[in-house]
Amino acid sequence: MVTADRGLFAALSRVCPDVREATEDDAITGVIPSWTAAPATAAEAAALMRLAAHHDLAVTARGAGTKLDWGNPPRRADLLVDLGNLDGILEHQAGDLVVRVQPGVRLDPLARILAEQGQQLALDDPVGGATVGGTISTAVCGPRRLRYGAPRDLLIGVTTVLADGTITRSGGKVIKNVAGYDLGKLFTGAFGTLGLVVEAVFRLHPLPAACAWLILNPADRATAVSAMRTLLHSQAAPSAIEWDSAQGPPEVAALFEGGAAESRAAALRRSLGDGRTSDRPPPWWGTHPDGTLIEVRFPVGRFSEVLGEIDEAARDHAVAARTRGGFGLLHVGVSEDPADAPDTAAFIMRIRGNLAALGGVVIVRRAAGAVRDRVDVWGPGGAVRLMRRVKERFDPQGLLSPGRLVGGV
Amino acid sequence: MADRLGELARRFTGLLGSDSVITDPVRLRTYECDGLTVHRTTPGLVVLPTTAEQIAAVVTECVRTRTPYVARGSGTGLSGGALPRGDGVLIVTTRMRRVLEIDVVGRRAVVEPGVTNLAITQAALPHGYYYAPDPSSQQVCSIGGNLAENSGGAHCLKYGFTVNHVLAAEIVTPDGEIVTLDALDPGYDLLGAFVGSEGTLGIATKTTVRLTRLPEKVKTLLAAFESTEAGGRAVSAVIGAGIVPAAIEMMDALAIEAAEASVRCEYPPGAGAVLIVELDGPEEEVAAEYAQVVDLCSEAFEIRIAADDVERAAIWKGRKSAFAAVGRISPAYIVQDGVVPRTALPEVLARIDALSAEYGCRVANVFHAGDGNLHPLVLFDDADPRAGARAEELSGAILDLCVRHGGSITGEHGVGVDKSRYMPRMFSEDDLDAMHRLRCAFDPWNLCNPGKIFPTPRLCGEVPGVRRGVHPLVASGEAELW
Repeated sequence: MVTADRGLFAALSRVCPDVREATEDDAITGVIPSWTAAPATAAEAAALMRLAAHHDLAVTARGAGTKLDWGNPPRRADLLVDLGNLDGILEHQAGDLVVRVQPGVRLDPLARILAEQGQQLALDDPVGGATVGGTISTAVCGPRRLRYGAPRDLLIGVTTVLADGTITRSGGKVIKNVAGYDLGKLFTGAFGTLGLVVEAVFRLHPLPAACAWLILNPADRATAVSAMRTLLHSQAAPSAIEWDSAQGPPEVAALFEGGAAESRAAALRRSLGDGRTSDRPPPWWGTHPDGTLIEVRFPVGRFSEVLGEIDEAARDHAVAARTRGGFGLLHVGVSEDPADAPDTAAFIMRIRGNLAALGGVVIVRRAAGAVRDRVDVWGPGGAVRLMRRVKERFDPQGLLSPGRLVGGV
Repeated sequence: MADRLGELARRFTGLLGSDSVITDPVRLRTYECDGLTVHRTTPGLVVLPTTAEQIAAVVTECVRTRTPYVARGSGTGLSGGALPRGDGVLIVTTRMRRVLEIDVVGRRAVVEPGVTNLAITQAALPHGYYYAPDPSSQQVCSIGGNLAENSGGAHCLKYGFTVNHVLAAEIVTPDGEIVTLDALDPGYDLLGAFVGSEGTLGIATKTTVRLTRLPEKVKTLLAAFESTEAGGRAVSAVIGAGIVPAAIEMMDALAIEAAEASVRCEYPPGAGAVLIVELDGPEEEVAAEYAQVVDLCSEAFEIRIAADDVERAAIWKGRKSAFAAVGRISPAYIVQDGVVPRTALPEVLARIDALSAEYGCRVANVFHAGDGNLHPLVLFDDADPRAGARAEELSGAILDLCVRHGGSITGEHGVGVDKSRYMPRMFSEDDLDAMHRLRCAFDPWNLCNPGKIFPTPRLCGEVPGVRRGVHPLVASGEAELW
């Protein structure tokens, strides 16, 4: 450690006792920061940010680190702020269906605590082990988005530490609230490039009295897609409808929740003339396929065309593509063998190009350097110019995970 | 100023045609206020564009001449969000009312900003779909205004607000560019931030909304209670049982009296409160929940069930007309819009009663009981010069009460000009400053609907030491942006 660094280390430990030199385990998409600090309070997090701004240190935030390999490697990373110690459930007003939590709270234990009161935070955790903060920052969602929406739909209030250390709040603790800008929206999907989320308030839902899955094994893709459409447009109100081809022949499953869940599922089974009902999901439900992971987002009505494009591109580029997901959101798993990287990259560029015409967006989530070197993981993005301007206003020094997000933001 | 507006009027006439530019003072005055008539300003100039390109051209001219501008849809807003500027341009979107696409397979509709909320539902209904957010003004309010205000409605407890139903919006940014904000795009949720920004971050010119499948069954009941406390206990019991009704609305005795005087809704006589509960969804589920709700309303002295759509409309009639109905029992009134955590409702209602007595103003209460969104109607006699000020004070005290209980100064009507002064009661200077950063990212000149939301005028200033545009190494091809 050079002298200047030693001085910085001392300064960091003064504002946050739990600071250490970073190791390989702290790497952000391969970039190892100099230090890792785990603030015990929001005030410590704010002091760290002030110090980082003063010394021009680039900061990346981490929750459980389950998606730290998503996005671009940051252009610079000096300090990793580990929010795992901020793991308190601050307030759960069951009667108001609201919970206020710190970012390091993991979804799993939170679900268990909320379930004691017959409630749930209706967010899926496809990677497993995720924190609340990481779920907000990556805007990750799963099967139940169909009924409950994405993290941005359930987040009703947020407290953040900005790049200069200012602690600010927007939204509130009530579900219905239109006072001021909803900055929580900006922070969902921001990958920590605007500030640290140090507190979040979520809308909760009652746990459904019963859950039932209708599981279908259609003969071919056309039958599968047609069944999924029937499910989507049915008045039996499924909470989720998913497709999986990662295990081999396509399987379709739909979740029914609440009153008469099983008989609603059974009624659809009869009208579709196929399948079985179960009180358990199929094993692949709510997970991502293995291997290099590609996320495909598209307008609901384009499901069949999107599957067709993926299949065709996979054939042309000799890629074994395993798809899993549903209307509007599919994940594709392909080989992670470095030797296949050129084919994988060609496949990604092909579907990205062709799906754009259908309003689709292709994002590379988990991939080795050999793939990343060949394709931009984010693609072109949408209103990137506006995003850059927002970034400049919130982080004028460009210290927060610089370059990790789309468009070099 | 007159010169500048005169020059703009000539330019806009060239761009849009003479029938799309209003300069006549009498016609200008018809745009002096929105649904909140207490704030009035005659706009300097009104334009009625028909395309996004025209709006972009108008905005570009406004920016060039540093002229403030305000967008307006149907003008039904209740916070003065579309209050024009005497020194500025009012951009009215009522001529842009085409439903561009109803895509049933994709469950979405694409509409122009002047299309009314109800028109989307009407276009989708033949296909078995509807547009879920349903503000009370849905027959006239425009989707552009709904986006600006993030409109709710009686059914948002179950189905969410405008922001939960907008999939994409083409907007004209405050620097005159046409940009599409799409929920599918990665990165900051700019679409989510735009919705509810009260027209300060740009003007929506084309919106893609989600369509919702009509429920298999709708069941509506009206329960009459001795008091709001008893009604409130029923609400708690319903929510506590894990039921999310499509709507759960309450009116107190004075609101019922007004509705009777106005639309003769014939609610059960002698009720201290009525509760309207609507359940919708799959038939079996609704049947089960309905039986539960009836059980949980055990304190009600009368329960009526709508047997068909006509009876359902009759139940809703009193509730939907409540705001206007108050005009029958009072010469003037203020419609308030505050939110408290639902569990604080009994305490807050009792305190509103006490405040009402203290200020000598009657308060009628109408509220979305499921989410704690209160609409106290503060009645006063505008013939008494001091009564208005007293009512205004009471109205403000109610907002303080909401904030003290961890609630909000507005649940659905917006801040606009009306409540900007209350913002510091809910947010710190740092909170407002963070919001203002977003404002500056979109509108560094503060020309797009200025004077709304923020309590005091703020300047943006330059971003210190920031390189703009593409990195030089990228531009020269020496590096790739990863």
